[in-house]
Amino acid sequence: MIALRTLGRRLGSVGRFLRRDKKALVGAVILFILLVIAVVPQWFTPDNPSAEAYTPGVGLSWSHPLGTTSFGQDVFSQVMAGTRQSVFIALIVGLLSTVLSVVIGVSAAYFGGWIDDLLSMFTDVVLVIPTFPLIIVITAYLKSASFWLMVFVLVVTGWSYGARQLRVQALSLRNRDYLLAARARGESPLYVIFVELLPPMTSLIVANFLGAALYAVLAASGLQFVGLGNINSQSWGTMLYWAQNNEALATGLPLWALAPGIAIAVLGSALALLNYAFDEVANPALRPVSRRRARRAVRA
Amino acid sequence: MKFLIRRVGFLLVALWVALTVNFFIPRLMPGNPAVAMMAKFHGHVNPAALHALEVAFGVNSHESLISAYVQYVGNTFRGNLGISTSYFPIPVSTVIMRALPWSLGLVGLSTVVAFIVGTAIGAVAAWRRGGLVDSVLPPTFVVISAFPYFWVGLLSIWLFALTLNWFPLLGGYSETATPAMTWSFVGDVLVHAILPAFTIIITSIGGWILTMRNNMITVVAEDYVKMARAKGLKPRRILWQYAGRNALLPNLTGFAMSLGFVISGAILVEYVFNYPGLGFMLLQAVQNEDYPLMQSLFLLITIAVLLAIFISDVATAILDPRTRSSR
Repeated sequence: MIALRTLGRRLGSVGRFLRRDKKALVGAVILFILLVIAVVPQWFTPDNPSAEAYTPGVGLSWSHPLGTTSFGQDVFSQVMAGTRQSVFIALIVGLLSTVLSVVIGVSAAYFGGWIDDLLSMFTDVVLVIPTFPLIIVITAYLKSASFWLMVFVLVVTGWSYGARQLRVQALSLRNRDYLLAARARGESPLYVIFVELLPPMTSLIVANFLGAALYAVLAASGLQFVGLGNINSQSWGTMLYWAQNNEALATGLPLWALAPGIAIAVLGSALALLNYAFDEVANPALRPVSRRRARRAVRA
Repeated sequence: MKFLIRRVGFLLVALWVALTVNFFIPRLMPGNPAVAMMAKFHGHVNPAALHALEVAFGVNSHESLISAYVQYVGNTFRGNLGISTSYFPIPVSTVIMRALPWSLGLVGLSTVVAFIVGTAIGAVAAWRRGGLVDSVLPPTFVVISAFPYFWVGLLSIWLFALTLNWFPLLGGYSETATPAMTWSFVGDVLVHAILPAFTIIITSIGGWILTMRNNMITVVAEDYVKMARAKGLKPRRILWQYAGRNALLPNLTGFAMSLGFVISGAILVEYVFNYPGLGFMLLQAVQNEDYPLMQSLFLLITIAVLLAIFISDVATAILDPRTRSSR
């Protein structure tokens, strides 16, 4: 109950924050629109996204707002239909790797000693090994990565940065009086971690979720672009793969290659803007206080 | 000194993990695809070379895992990385050495440029909180850094090479040029490097701006900066010699941590531009199912990143007495 109430209070302050910070608001609105498209893409696709039924290689027009591919598919419908995979990959990978970061980072800080040494070493090693070449090698053996395989690989390679950051913050909180008091009361480690330690870390956890989601979007689209995803799936990265292999840029169909990239960039920017804003929640020193204070001073 | 020993220890552990991961990946894959590749080799390479490949990919099952591992580590240390299937019969190490300078030049230089320029912008942005630089550049580059690297590459090809015809389309040098140390060839190489370098710089600069800005904001609030102001020092001097120098140090650590991310982007940039470096070669090896080349490239890229991280760690230790004493 207490945990729920604290969580509610935290979320409330996040809501207030969104209303105050324009960068965060823009990011949240874009993310919400993309989420709606991802859940019900059929509302936004005027044409069948996979049908090769239209005049190939058409530019901008009323019937095809972003033109058609050289196979005669409608680009706009493909972009809309591809939203689902990118948004879902972002959310699922973001969520799972954040859980992993929290578990590893916070237990390292909370338990300390050799557990900390071991977990920190593990985190740092995973962090410094360049993940993308590793993912390329793994998917190259498996020929093509299905949705869940991609989620798995991205989670396994994407949690370490967050774990490191969360460990540092948890370490700085570990010896605060209220935590020592909770331990002295004889509360269980689970109670101390979930009710006392994690709530003050909410904004950093959210920032990590956004960072991991952004990483997932970019890495997944990169893999699909080089043909290591499922090339028959509906996604922005796969669209770019087909566009590149059919020389869309050189054959006068730039929209085919540019539109899915813009879609990825829009999703990425929304996550990055929210991340930028949540950095300011996590670290009050970064908040743009000076201007507001200055304005208040002028008014007074 | 203790700090240095810890870092060397970490470097060795990370190298060992990379080496071991590289050894186990082909063994863990369902239906080891290397078996098919091995069949092509029979009768074409000498038995010793074939045996080295079998050890590396775990094809010949009568070898015990431990002795295969020991042999694999020994072969790797001697630089015996096997034979490339797509460049047959050239050894992998020779093939890689052709691509290495291109990547070092392109990715190394553009990363250093992005780091220096980004750090300078971040410092100035934090120095003038809420000023023009601070309200425009950090958010802009944060948004750009969320763009896929390869797509920014595609965009600049379309805009600057195809539409405006300012720069060459693809490759590391013109097909008509003969590689030699002449001024015309060097110029040709530079012209070909501009677009890919530009792509890497503008997509990676946002991270440096942001971390430097955040460090700088903390440092500017320190007492010694107030003291410097009170002494009436010139703002420019306080910015670079007092605050900037201290804020730079954590950024150097950040540099090490983000390097892997930059390399990932650079692989795709090289691919988009057909730039003859390691990243392009890695993806070509994937397409050609050239497993020995692919695995060695993964190992080499990892070693390069680990060494760069180590160097920046040592640089931090030399520049910052705090890291030496506190750890």
